[in-house]
Amino acid sequence: MTLKNKWVQLAILAAIILILPAFFPSGYYYRVGALVFVNALSVVGLVILIGYAGQISLGHAGFAGIGAYACALAPVHLGIPPVLAILLGAAISAVLALLIGRPILRLKGYYLGVATLGFGILVSMVLSNERGLTGGPDGMAVPSLGLRPLLRDMGLRLSGGEFWYIFNAAALLTGIWIALNLYQSATGRAMRALHGSETAAQTVGIDVSRFKLQAFIISAVYASVGGSLLALQNGFITPDVAGFMHSVEMVTMAVLGGVGSVLGATFGAAVLTLLPQILTVFHDYEHLVLGLVMILVMIFLPLGLLPSLAARIRWRGV
Amino acid sequence: MDALMQFVFSGLTVGAVYALVALGFTIIYNASDVVNFAQGEFVMLGGMITVFAFDAGLPLPLAAILAIVATAAIGVALNKFAIEPARGAPVVSLIIITIGASILIRGATQVLFDKQLHRLPAFSGDDPIHLLGATLLPQSLWVIGGAIAIFIALWLFFTRTLLGKAVLATANNRLAAQLVGINTGFVMTLSFALSAAIGALAGVLVTPITLVSYDVGVGLALKGFAAAMLGGMGNPKGALVGGLLLGLFEALTAGYISSQYKEAVAFVVILAVLFVMPQGLFGQKTTERV
Repeated sequence: MTLKNKWVQLAILAAIILILPAFFPSGYYYRVGALVFVNALSVVGLVILIGYAGQISLGHAGFAGIGAYACALAPVHLGIPPVLAILLGAAISAVLALLIGRPILRLKGYYLGVATLGFGILVSMVLSNERGLTGGPDGMAVPSLGLRPLLRDMGLRLSGGEFWYIFNAAALLTGIWIALNLYQSATGRAMRALHGSETAAQTVGIDVSRFKLQAFIISAVYASVGGSLLALQNGFITPDVAGFMHSVEMVTMAVLGGVGSVLGATFGAAVLTLLPQILTVFHDYEHLVLGLVMILVMIFLPLGLLPSLAARIRWRGV
Repeated sequence: MDALMQFVFSGLTVGAVYALVALGFTIIYNASDVVNFAQGEFVMLGGMITVFAFDAGLPLPLAAILAIVATAAIGVALNKFAIEPARGAPVVSLIIITIGASILIRGATQVLFDKQLHRLPAFSGDDPIHLLGATLLPQSLWVIGGAIAIFIALWLFFTRTLLGKAVLATANNRLAAQLVGINTGFVMTLSFALSAAIGALAGVLVTPITLVSYDVGVGLALKGFAAAMLGGMGNPKGALVGGLLLGLFEALTAGYISSQYKEAVAFVVILAVLFVMPQGLFGQKTTERV
């Protein structure tokens, strides 16, 4: 039994998700848990882009914004049910990633960083400036998903928190399952090869730009779905969802937990989602501590939290 | 025509600030291959510390010097405690470390000072100057003049002094520089001090126009980063041209197209330039070795 096995990884995560509610003192914790899962879903997408293919994006919140506003706007203006709006948002994000991906991904390192950053800023700017459509910086209400009444009619009574805890957990497990399958597939291997060295990958016949683009599109869809779920869960959305700080948060979650592994990234998402909830106790010191944690983890646990801890435990021979 | 001149003046004023932030990025990038996302925080610190020292009764020039020295010290601390220990880490980790540092500095400023907007009096009055059919605030001249002075001083430093040449040598090839006896560790420290001081000075100059609060750094860092990339990372001339161009794009867009989308146009132009010239305007084409 090894952690490399995808079923073992999924089983561990599913077990944690199932057991945790036993320790919840109040319904509020379901909401926080649901938030962790939604963030983790976006971050798993970034693992494919950063961890597998070795490309950075500082603008992925742009795709989250598209997903979020698709769920807010499509039901009102196009009469589409919210569930389909999630797919519509994902489709728009995928097409957009396809269109901008090819020119953007020719850039490397910091240049790729500034290009993706520019994309994210453009999206958030459109969202805050088109007041007539999006409500501007004040944000707008998001129609409810409508699944809960359906479940109630079937005799299943769930609180809002419980519903989103289960729904987002299912979405996350599905997302992780796909990511783990991708990791082992020929496509995943090609992506990881170009992470090591693009030139080397090219010489063995890997179509580098094609696999970079695929990673970019897949990760964009993850971020978009994450944004959609966030919007539906909150019932309200502001352009901040597409903002630079949200992009940074996503990358930080991925790298903090360990960008090489899907479970690690999920762990990172959990830590960074929970930290601000805990830090509200310290209120004024919230940012100070958050910045400090980011720096310290990067310096002392360069592989990320989970892989570093795992390596340390193995090293001690436990 | 008058309107055009007006837009050009305001574009050059903001552009000069972007250029100074971009220059800060460039200096640190050359010395350590790190893009320091906390660069905008140096500008903020320059403004904030000056405001509080000035309000505490210090004369303005003294308050400004205090702010610049204190910010330089913070730059050195950033290098010693966050960048040096992470030497050799991948680009993503370094981005996160410097973004973490910027959040940390912002948080500390907010605790130490406050969350309010602050202003400084203009250095030489608020009477507008009439020039070429447009009006110009005297403080704008301070900003543009200050930027030009810094660029000239730096150019002299890099071409005329032994220390400046040591920095260039380190930027060019760290190992070779070490072999000829250059203390590259000191060069890195110096670079962080220098770029923090330049950022702080920019903050002092621009605060009478734009006001300052603990959270103005992010926007400035993004613009400075974009300007540095536009010019070609690591090239001081590129930083100057990139910054001024970015300022002009924004001002002209705001004037003729849409003030809401001025930043959008700036980024569209930058993306367009990067697609045509992936290394920026003045960047050097390098070949990756396997």
